[in-house]
Amino acid sequence: MSDHNYVPSSKLGKWFNDRLPLLTLSAHLREYPTPKNLNYWWTFGGILTFCLITQIVTGIILAMHYVAHADLAFESVEHIMRNVNYGWLIRYVHANGASMFFLAVYIHIFRSLYYGSYKSPREVIWIIGMIIYFLMMMTAFMGYVLPWGQMSFWGATVITNLFSAVPFFGEAITNWLWGGYAVDNPTLTRFFSLHYLLPFLILGLVILHIWALHVPGNNNPIGIDIKKPSKDTVPFHPYIVIKDLFALLIFLILFAFFVFYSPNILGHADNYIEANPMVTPAHIVPEWYLLPFYAILRSVPDKLLGVIAMFLAIFVLVILPWLDTSKVRSAIFRPLYKQFYWFLVADVLILGYVGAMPAEGIYLLVARVATAYYFIHFLVILPVLGFKEKTLDIPLSLTEPVLGGSTNPSLAKNKSELNF
Amino acid sequence: MSEEKKSKRREFIFTASYALGAVGVGATVWPLIDQMNPDASVKALASTEVDISSVEPGQSITVLWRGKPVFIKRRTTEEISEARKVDLKELKHPEKDEDRAKNPEWLVMLGICTHLGCVPLGDKGEYDGWFCPCHGSHYDTSGRIRKGPAPTNLEIPKYEFVNNNTIKIG
Repeated sequence: MSDHNYVPSSKLGKWFNDRLPLLTLSAHLREYPTPKNLNYWWTFGGILTFCLITQIVTGIILAMHYVAHADLAFESVEHIMRNVNYGWLIRYVHANGASMFFLAVYIHIFRSLYYGSYKSPREVIWIIGMIIYFLMMMTAFMGYVLPWGQMSFWGATVITNLFSAVPFFGEAITNWLWGGYAVDNPTLTRFFSLHYLLPFLILGLVILHIWALHVPGNNNPIGIDIKKPSKDTVPFHPYIVIKDLFALLIFLILFAFFVFYSPNILGHADNYIEANPMVTPAHIVPEWYLLPFYAILRSVPDKLLGVIAMFLAIFVLVILPWLDTSKVRSAIFRPLYKQFYWFLVADVLILGYVGAMPAEGIYLLVARVATAYYFIHFLVILPVLGFKEKTLDIPLSLTEPVLGGSTNPSLAKNKSELNF
Repeated sequence: MSEEKKSKRREFIFTASYALGAVGVGATVWPLIDQMNPDASVKALASTEVDISSVEPGQSITVLWRGKPVFIKRRTTEEISEARKVDLKELKHPEKDEDRAKNPEWLVMLGICTHLGCVPLGDKGEYDGWFCPCHGSHYDTSGRIRKGPAPTNLEIPKYEFVNNNTIKIG
């Protein structure tokens, strides 16, 4: 964090701040120098914080009415929908909130990929973010099991069976996960417990994520290091606060559209049928936000290797700061990377699409090509690109392009001596 | 526009925005609070019908209404006359027995001590009525507080006789 010599104006404030410097923290958050060229893709951090708080608040409320028992869970969800005052609203906000959370997190991650926000000195922010993302997937998966519908039950069965691919210990691990020989009441109660716990771990990691962010400060669309504070920065409050709030408002319109006009469109109708261990639905799919990984899992014909490929798909993201060898952060100055970036976006969307389709014929072929390309992008293209790509000239400050300054190296030398 | 007018206009816009924001936040928060109020399934249990045909004089039954015990006592003539001859001036919470038991034979009241909510024991205490073991409140044969820390008489719920054998509470 930046240095602070904040002195509260009131005597009481000073007394308190000497003992617990919360007012200093608050002053830091208000004054925090932010690059003045941040665009709307940078508002998703605030939106995600809102999503997390919404999920926690609605989740705590749902837990007041929900019963975590295989015989009662499904009915208790219907009880929430029909009897509890505004229960339908709170449940729909929670269920669609998960989707909105993932929508925002995907935009947040792809913003980071485009502008190179994961690169030095922001690797730790990125890794914490990836851990949050992984915990989010676990939390969402376990949350989807709780209504104890057909999709809940068979989703839980399929995902926990991933671990049966582990050599020698597979069966022992799955029995341990289930607390039995199949998904049943013990599985439900432990999923409920963990589904309640993990969001608070995520909250803690979010605080670390923001703390780690405040050490180097925000990256920006130009991707250059800037002096802070300087004429290249604006204080977080009110500039970024108002911008974030405005973006949140727009985001809430979309959120409200799903909650009030099509609350079940992102779910699956089969989850309104109570779990039945005797019958698997004809076509089972995970929630949309897990589909790309599901496609990768299914595209590998070997059970163990499929599971490994799926986890590797997440792991390559974690080590991305060291896979991308280019020193230039923003895709604006990387003409080749910019193209490959959009190939990757298309590739992930294709994976998501084929993940929702039956794993056969043309879909399987497409899934295999897309899976291969996903790994090639991170393991081959990015490392090579850093050495081969001819990047564009980078401005020395955020104001330089605006003021019509050239990127002439001799001018640069003079400019770097200027102190602003 | 003059400077003064401009600042008034700005103040108006600020106030209007905050007011609208407050309404929005209020409307959002209300469902989060209201969800803790009794839900539709609880409200559906608001009344209970009780068959009293097998209760003999002097006997008392306890039934559950809205999660609370309700005493239904078929009083003997001695108990009734004992309750009716009490001078109202002696009472901490003066109420006529005639008002508490419309049909003098049947006393229907919540079995919850008005002190801190324990269930009093029947045919106990210094006034032949009820005695609360928690903090020693004595009630008479009309369920009126006579001695101890309880501030008021045992509460009479809304009830009616559907027919000679059935009481509907609530």
